[in-house]
Amino acid sequence: MQSASEMAERLLAGDRAALARSISWAENADPRYPGLLGSIYPRVGKAWRIGITGPPGAGKSTLTNALVAHLRERGETVGILAIDPSSPFSGGALLGDRIRMEERTADPGVYIRSMASRKSHGGLARAATDACDVMDAFGFSTILMETVGVGQSEYDVVAAADTVVVVMCPGAGDGIQAMKAGILEVADVLVVNKSDLDGADRLALDLEDAVRMRDIRRPRDLAASARWAPPVVSTSATGAGDGIDALLEAVDAHRAWLEAADLEASRRHRRVDQVRRVVGERLEEELWGPRGKREQAETLLGNSKTPYDVAEEILNSVLESRTGAGPDAGDRTSTPGDASR
Amino acid sequence: MSERKIRVLVGKPGLDGHDRGAKTIAAVLRDHGMEVIYTGLHQTPEMIAETALQEDVDVVGLSILSGAHMTLFPRVREELEKRGMAHVLLTGGGIISAEDMEELSKLGFSKLFGPGTPTEEIANWIQSTMEERWKNEEVSR
Repeated sequence: MQSASEMAERLLAGDRAALARSISWAENADPRYPGLLGSIYPRVGKAWRIGITGPPGAGKSTLTNALVAHLRERGETVGILAIDPSSPFSGGALLGDRIRMEERTADPGVYIRSMASRKSHGGLARAATDACDVMDAFGFSTILMETVGVGQSEYDVVAAADTVVVVMCPGAGDGIQAMKAGILEVADVLVVNKSDLDGADRLALDLEDAVRMRDIRRPRDLAASARWAPPVVSTSATGAGDGIDALLEAVDAHRAWLEAADLEASRRHRRVDQVRRVVGERLEEELWGPRGKREQAETLLGNSKTPYDVAEEILNSVLESRTGAGPDAGDRTSTPGDASR
Repeated sequence: MSERKIRVLVGKPGLDGHDRGAKTIAAVLRDHGMEVIYTGLHQTPEMIAETALQEDVDVVGLSILSGAHMTLFPRVREELEKRGMAHVLLTGGGIISAEDMEELSKLGFSKLFGPGTPTEEIANWIQSTMEERWKNEEVSR
């Protein structure tokens, strides 16, 4: 059995098998992961994290592949996290994003990891953030996270990136689709991919309109004065890769803007999000894991109590046992990294 | 808390364009709750082994119908070993004679599946073999 410190040592020495195994630890919530992260944490924070999202078939994987080629040309190393959905029925997943990037498999400056969304909401964003932290500590200069843009848990994943790229393509609904909640709010850069198809120019114009109609910024991150209007970039990711240069320029511009605005504040908020996810998962496990409160709940419900009565009772018993627990009680005041809420 | 899932690479080595079987197996393993990394066609042994390493898979399943299994399967095994991935469970399927299966079993392909095998049988074999391995790991911890 490998210990956390041995794994950290191998990881920091550039061992790719250790990189892969560390991400598995994060994904499986292995009890050794917290110790591992502790050992590598001083090395986390150098990489620029780019989230790429959009509807199925918009061309995210192809675009990611084209981006990697350009990033490699300018001497960067790239870690890629490609997330695909798990089946809600079997719990299994078919992860096929690598097919679009197979020419990168042999490149020692690139690492590609497929991740299944599994079942939990917070769990995916937690594991994805952990995977990025591990790749960051390993030394990649850019990290790309790619995920299908549907629903809250995927939103949470890309929102953990420094720059969020939302990819759309013509023929998948009009500009009003793009104005629906979530898509514009999360985007730092908007991409109209498959720009060679009919309707691409129209979609780009609609998006530019929609951007102008909103008071754009990422409000939870930054001060009210910080404004960033997402540029709209047209790309055709297959073949020669038209527009990929412009897309990278847009990402660079956003990076420069965020670094000037308040990168630290933005990242601090994301670390707090991660703390919340870890706390949430631990509580979930404590309350409903194998040694949890299920039996107690069933017994209490048997006494013709409502679910609310039972919940109240369980919550009270948990909170009481915590406040009475001495050494733990003091820890609550010290939330790491954030005093400005 | 998330449970551990069996991660399987399904790939087709060499110059063989028949991926129907590989796709069927990938879907079946997914339906048995496994996480399947599907690499697609025309993979070199190096690509397969490198993908297995990057994805930290537990199982590598190779599909081959070209007849080149006696060349390609041992090469995959070699490339895996080179990368410290000898612990991976190796299996595969295709048009492979009984004598060749016998020969390959000595090289770590303890079980290979021929035409007509019920898909259930393949999934169950992977599942039970991995469960056994993980149980032993628990014990040795």
